[in-house]
Amino acid sequence: MLTYTIRRLLLAIPTLLFIALVIFLLLELAPGDPMAQVPLTVPSEVKEQMRDALGLGEPTHIRFGKWMWQFFVIEPMVWSDATFGTDYATGKQRVISWQTRSAVMDIVVQRLPQTLWVVALSYVVGILIALPIGIYSAYRQYSVFDQVGTFVTMVGYSVPPFFSGVLVIVIFSVHLGWLPSIYDTTHRVVDWDSFVIQLRQMVMPVMVLALQTTAQISRFMRASMLDNLNQDYVRTARAKGLRESTVVMVHVLRNSMIPVVSVIALGVPQIFGGAIITEQIFKVNGLGQLLITAIQANDVPMVQTVTFMLAILIVTFNIIADLLYGVLDPRIRYE
Amino acid sequence: MSDPLFKAAPRSQWRDVWDQLKRHRGAMAGAAVFIFILGLVFLGPSLWSIDPAYIDIRARNQGPSLTHPFGTDQLGRDTLARMMAGGQTSIAVGLSAMLLSLGLGSFIGVIAGYFRRLDGPLMRLTDLFLSLPLLPLLLVMVMLFREALSQRFGPETGIFILIVCAIGLTSWMPTARIVRSDVLALKEREFILAARSVGTTNTAMITRHILPNVMSPIVVSAALGIANAIITESALSFLGLGFPPDFPTWGRLLNDATVYVQDYPERVFWPGLAISLTVLSINYLGDGLRDALDPRIRGR
Amino acid sequence: MTLKFSLFSAAVVSVLAPMAWAERGTDGQVNIIYWQAPSLLNPYLSGGIKEQEAASLILEPLARYNETGTMVPWLVDTLPTVENGGVSGDLTSITWQLSEGLMWSDGSPLTSADVKFTWEYCTAEGGGCAQIEKYGGVASVETPDARTVVVNFDGPKPFPYTAFVGAQAPIIQAAQFADCLGPKAPECTDANFRPIGTGPFVVTDFRPNDVIQYEANPYYRDPAKPAFAKVLFKGGGKADDAGRAVLETGEFDYAWNLQLAPEVIASMQAAGHGKTVLGFGTLVERIMINLSDPSAELGEERATRAHPHPVLSHKAVRQALSMAIDRASLVDIGYGAAGRMTCNVLPAPPEYASSANDACMTRDVAGANALLEQAGWIKGADGIRAKDGMRLSLLFQSSTNAVRQDFQAIIKQWWSEIGVETELRNISANVFFGSDPGSPDTFQKFFADVEMYANNFDGTDPEAYMAGWSCAQIPAPENQWQGNNMPRFCSEDYDALVAEMQQTSDLGKRAELAKAMNDMLMQEFVILPLVDRGRVSAHANSLGGVILNTWDSELWNIADWHRNKSN
Repeated sequence: MLTYTIRRLLLAIPTLLFIALVIFLLLELAPGDPMAQVPLTVPSEVKEQMRDALGLGEPTHIRFGKWMWQFFVIEPMVWSDATFGTDYATGKQRVISWQTRSAVMDIVVQRLPQTLWVVALSYVVGILIALPIGIYSAYRQYSVFDQVGTFVTMVGYSVPPFFSGVLVIVIFSVHLGWLPSIYDTTHRVVDWDSFVIQLRQMVMPVMVLALQTTAQISRFMRASMLDNLNQDYVRTARAKGLRESTVVMVHVLRNSMIPVVSVIALGVPQIFGGAIITEQIFKVNGLGQLLITAIQANDVPMVQTVTFMLAILIVTFNIIADLLYGVLDPRIRYE
Repeated sequence: MSDPLFKAAPRSQWRDVWDQLKRHRGAMAGAAVFIFILGLVFLGPSLWSIDPAYIDIRARNQGPSLTHPFGTDQLGRDTLARMMAGGQTSIAVGLSAMLLSLGLGSFIGVIAGYFRRLDGPLMRLTDLFLSLPLLPLLLVMVMLFREALSQRFGPETGIFILIVCAIGLTSWMPTARIVRSDVLALKEREFILAARSVGTTNTAMITRHILPNVMSPIVVSAALGIANAIITESALSFLGLGFPPDFPTWGRLLNDATVYVQDYPERVFWPGLAISLTVLSINYLGDGLRDALDPRIRGR
Repeated sequence: MTLKFSLFSAAVVSVLAPMAWAERGTDGQVNIIYWQAPSLLNPYLSGGIKEQEAASLILEPLARYNETGTMVPWLVDTLPTVENGGVSGDLTSITWQLSEGLMWSDGSPLTSADVKFTWEYCTAEGGGCAQIEKYGGVASVETPDARTVVVNFDGPKPFPYTAFVGAQAPIIQAAQFADCLGPKAPECTDANFRPIGTGPFVVTDFRPNDVIQYEANPYYRDPAKPAFAKVLFKGGGKADDAGRAVLETGEFDYAWNLQLAPEVIASMQAAGHGKTVLGFGTLVERIMINLSDPSAELGEERATRAHPHPVLSHKAVRQALSMAIDRASLVDIGYGAAGRMTCNVLPAPPEYASSANDACMTRDVAGANALLEQAGWIKGADGIRAKDGMRLSLLFQSSTNAVRQDFQAIIKQWWSEIGVETELRNISANVFFGSDPGSPDTFQKFFADVEMYANNFDGTDPEAYMAGWSCAQIPAPENQWQGNNMPRFCSEDYDALVAEMQQTSDLGKRAELAKAMNDMLMQEFVILPLVDRGRVSAHANSLGGVILNTWDSELWNIADWHRNKSN
């Protein structure tokens, strides 16, 4: 398994380089203009000069090489300077966003707190609700609990966040006045009171996002449990006189987790990709909002850097999922 | 089919499945609702003859009445007619895109899980597709293919093909990853070893033994996929990459009505209900199919 | 310092309110929401309106426009004119005299050197300055003493109030930006995020595309202002969320530019937390008519002047299209009080507005049908008119925006009543308004028959705006599709008027010329104006002093904003 892990990690490097190239070329090909949001009152010659100032005049391969160098060499230097007080990166050109004319990484770091508070937390909440629902629905298939669970999760999944987000705001902010409709990213948690404020502003976006996660994961959990509950080994385990809880929660659950682990691993990078619509509705302004505004403004350095970081996460978590399969079911062999 | 066990069977496997499905109450209810929705959106317009695009400025923002049972929208268009017209598009796009994404995902998942040598390349391809930024990708697709497709198939069919492909080609990856993980575990089960030892060919192995056993995640993906496709379609139209703006679809009706949720809540209710009902009916139908395919449950 | 939502701060405010506008910083915090988020605070590096307005709390110009479009002195005591000797008799120079005792927010004095540096900064080679047009024609800037600035032009400048005037061209501090000239401009992240200014507020925290926090400038020239100690400027989301936060939940005090359907705004306002303010400028929603043939078979020569449009080259067709539109209904449906019918592409200022075209205000379907009939366009079996095998079938494109799509649908129906078939297309705004020569969907390439969008001009002088429809401004492959003349309108008479206006300094005569140009465009029906669009913003009932200004930054008078006592 160790050789397998090492091999996969080594293989990840050319994969990622290839992905970086494809992302770069895709953005190159995509229609768009970083000056699209500049008002029409600004004359086109001026826009042309602004474009030149962004370095758009250089040939494609040079820009790709520069970007890769900045991403893999200079950004780690900057990180090292900030962490260990070294002095590698002084005077070196970092990946600069076209919209803000500042380092992309600084903005990404600035966006992390709210992304983790809201998007990551909603993912954890979603999983924690989904697993028990999935397990119990399968164990008591077609019971009232199962039917209600199915109904609620599927309706919840069918209602897109652009509607559910507005709906909860109208109910809880406008009519009841209980919760703030706009997330304050400058809020700092320092004591109990500020923690309560943080909780109040988190509740709605977290619930809207968790609904989607819950629906998805509980459905896969239920289906996978159903597949396993009627297997021979379950009958054997019961015949051995094992307690029912042991049979279900240890034997069946462990074998059922394999597809669910895939689903969960697929969702983790999406946390960092943010939840575009929900973030926009509640003004959470996390990584999702960063990415979508960058795409709308055609801020190519920002878009390619953020998507490439997501690609790294995607590749990593898929490797982790592959390794977990082996842990859950030792019969799955790796070459 | 060289499998002697199945050759001897008096009834085909699919006949058994059908018999079982017929007795599944959830599946039958799902099927009934789905057929009802299909009938409503495809046959309804011949009974309810108001043109969904007809604008009556004097009848803007009306509530339910005899002339407009579901009311009218902000331009005075009849909501019932728009729901029916929108349903035709949404169901057609939802089903086709879901089938495309499911077909691609299951195929790649099964092949990758089953043939060890193809696993690496196929999963790296999946990684690549997962990593690509969706919006620029869609913009590139439209830029390259919209004109060509509309010329070959006419504007509406061309855009339909484009949308179905755009959704299908960008949403198969989760299904592939999940199916593959199931196949990986399945491959090591005793009955696969047994089948292999009697000389089952790869094709027979996949269609007879692997596929029926990975139906569960596929069925779940189907129900989730159709909801996704209906909503994604409205997002695409919003970007200007979908149908023309006066072309109603459920996703677009829901989106347009969201801003009016406080004053005219019925306007979000109908498209929301229609999408939910469609997804639920597909879900129950899928559940029944899954149960029917499980020989251990069958006959209980 | 912990920030709280106004749900909580409302309590604080009511305690502070009785002392309102007694002295600086006594009214607590004001919360402003813009549904587009600023990405930096240097208007010279971004032409965006959101950046200009966010920066206008900090950076100020020498003179600016007030809510009526009149120029007012800002960092100077009097406006220079020919009469008071501030503008030279031959119109080649203008002399500004800075007010006394102006300070930057770091405590250093504002001098004429800063003004001169601002010009150098924007005109530096390779800087990509978005406002370079404002400094067009400036040959040199002289600083005879610390408070005097002389701007010399390279020729007579009939309208010399572009440089250092308006929210687009404020004064920046020489000391802060000294190392940021030309190609180095983007490297000065700190200066671009936290410019030092003379305005009522200073930035304490800037988060690009998210939120800005300001506090009162301790060196602001009026010791009693601003009344607010802090400003929270939040960005992002959509117009309806912003409207809700001010009008319905009361979390925010001011929401910018609520582009929402009139009934939505009305129902939000009914919640009683705040009210809307309205102002009109020069923004006109219009349909552009393509006089060139956009069909794909033409390849490289598509949508160029080489091929006239088979249908829209006929004036009768264009006129009929205009007559079939009911502008009153468009205003009703799309903008309500925030819109007015207009028959001119140049609707304001009042002395520039023509009344020669007002016939378009009434819809005339019968007339339009008769006109087409007369011109030989006969209805076929499918109800679509045709002549010589050319069907009246049009592709109508616009950017994605709820109101525009409603307009498209309804205009399609009106045109069908005169036998014109319309196919609609909407394109995402960032592609439509982008000028990527690689994209087929830009408004400049105009690969469609008609298109709809809105445009306006900066300030009150329409010279550059009207020059946009001269022959030289036609977008074509040779100029990478850059140019403002979307209809591909080309007339020697029009070009002559443009040239004449560039030489004329008399304001009355300039107005006459501009009107003549407007009338020519209108009577040729190459542009169909639809709605003169106003700006709607909303503020909380407790917020006082708001004067909506469409000619300059909306936040131009934030120094005067305060909490109303009676809340």
